[in-house]
Amino acid sequence: MPTPVLEVTDLVKEFGSVRSVDGLSLIIEKGDILGLLGANGAGKTTAINMILGIISPTSGTIQVFGRDLAHERIAILRRMNFSSTYTHLPGNLRVWQNLNVFGRIYRVPHLKRRIDEVLELLGIAQLKNRVTGDLSAGESTKLNLCKALLNKPELLLLDEPTASLDPDAADTVRRLTLRIREEDGTSILYTSHNMRDVEEVCDRVVFMHEGKALRTGTTREILDHFNEQSLESLFIRVARGGVIESSAPSSES
Amino acid sequence: MTFSTVHALVLRNLYLYTRTPVRGIELIFWPLVDLLVWGYLTIFLQSHTGADFPHQITFLIGAVILWDIMFRAQQGVALYFLEDVWSRNLLNVFSAPVSNADYLASTYVIGFLRSAVTSLLLSVLAIGLYAFNIFQLDWMLLPFVFNLLLFGWALGMISTALIVRWGPAAETLAWAVPFFLQPFAAVYYPVDALPTAVQWVAHAIPCSHIFEGMRSGLRDGVVPWENLAWATGLNLLYLAAAGLLFTRVMKTSREKGLLTKFVSQ
Repeated sequence: MPTPVLEVTDLVKEFGSVRSVDGLSLIIEKGDILGLLGANGAGKTTAINMILGIISPTSGTIQVFGRDLAHERIAILRRMNFSSTYTHLPGNLRVWQNLNVFGRIYRVPHLKRRIDEVLELLGIAQLKNRVTGDLSAGESTKLNLCKALLNKPELLLLDEPTASLDPDAADTVRRLTLRIREEDGTSILYTSHNMRDVEEVCDRVVFMHEGKALRTGTTREILDHFNEQSLESLFIRVARGGVIESSAPSSES
Repeated sequence: MTFSTVHALVLRNLYLYTRTPVRGIELIFWPLVDLLVWGYLTIFLQSHTGADFPHQITFLIGAVILWDIMFRAQQGVALYFLEDVWSRNLLNVFSAPVSNADYLASTYVIGFLRSAVTSLLLSVLAIGLYAFNIFQLDWMLLPFVFNLLLFGWALGMISTALIVRWGPAAETLAWAVPFFLQPFAAVYYPVDALPTAVQWVAHAIPCSHIFEGMRSGLRDGVVPWENLAWATGLNLLYLAAAGLLFTRVMKTSREKGLLTKFVSQ
């Protein structure tokens, strides 16, 4: 059995008396796209930050490529990448300069060619010489994605990648996400508030509430379990204090 | 530490300065104002004091130049971190394969480059405007400058660690930390001028030994070995302590999620 790309076991994060992530376990195999779904404060971003090594867990383990993140962080991060709507690349640098800096950090071979490739892939090759701070929100999100794809990551963490995009651009990002999985076998952890994103892109979903994984499975399995017609109605029901018990074992636990 | 990572991080800062020349104001304008004010004060005092005093007063100009070397090195380290905070790039950097050593090494390089630009400019202007030549210290200048860089880097690490620990509200420490020490650092006056009760503070600060050494070197033309030895020894202690503090704070920041607070505020 191949080693999972990402294996999170009993992950807990406490900030003082607040337990932001409470016993989260998940597995991503090669080429999987796993969605983390939940309302604000559900613990999605804290979980992602722990997988990136920006926050250390209170307890639990994170294994990436079969290696312990706590001990081999730098070697692991070279094979991963990350894009979030809430981070930006320095606004005073030109687009190519930002990609050049991060390409060097990630030791991307044939960097100039790779920069052209990712800009082309995201359809923003014409922005190469533009000042980053002059880009629109949508263009800026695409540039973040370019940064995230530079090193052809084996594990890609996308934190609400379509949050600031118009429907057309969001559709482009969804298609791109599926394409890079298809072409490069990239494994992806994907958080979103956009139910359509999750339904279209993710193979499986972890439905989080108050730091806990309520249920893990395909969209269909989750909807059947909670007896709902759509993820959106389930999302609203949970956010408003409806079903919160994890009554049956999930497909992963 | 990885050379290519350090190179990339340095490059990011060089792009920043070449892309936004207005940042040069900070490197040139304020040091120039200092040089003009202290330079003309020196000329004024020289023309109104006794025969031996004028020679002592020219040390003020040397002090301005050497203080700026230390200050720019400290700023290079502390502002480097804040640039990433202001551009909301912090998580991109700290989620990348960048170790503490890579990060600190690149801030040292930027601190050195900032110091080099400002001190060379001031040194040349001091020759032209006041006939004061800091290079008369000859090779003595090298250990002076090296020790000031070391202390600037140590202060920069301490400033950054405090900003990470206390959050965005503590940003002003990037500018304030060196000035907490300046009254005791014997920059413009000898340690003897301080009240006896606080002279021990001056002796515990590496740069006070450099400024004392600069004055005796300019006055007597003799290498102030004792001052250099004290400065180097203290600097090694300060660097070790600052490195330890920075490492501990980064560990705490991971435990408490401090870096993510810079993104959310």
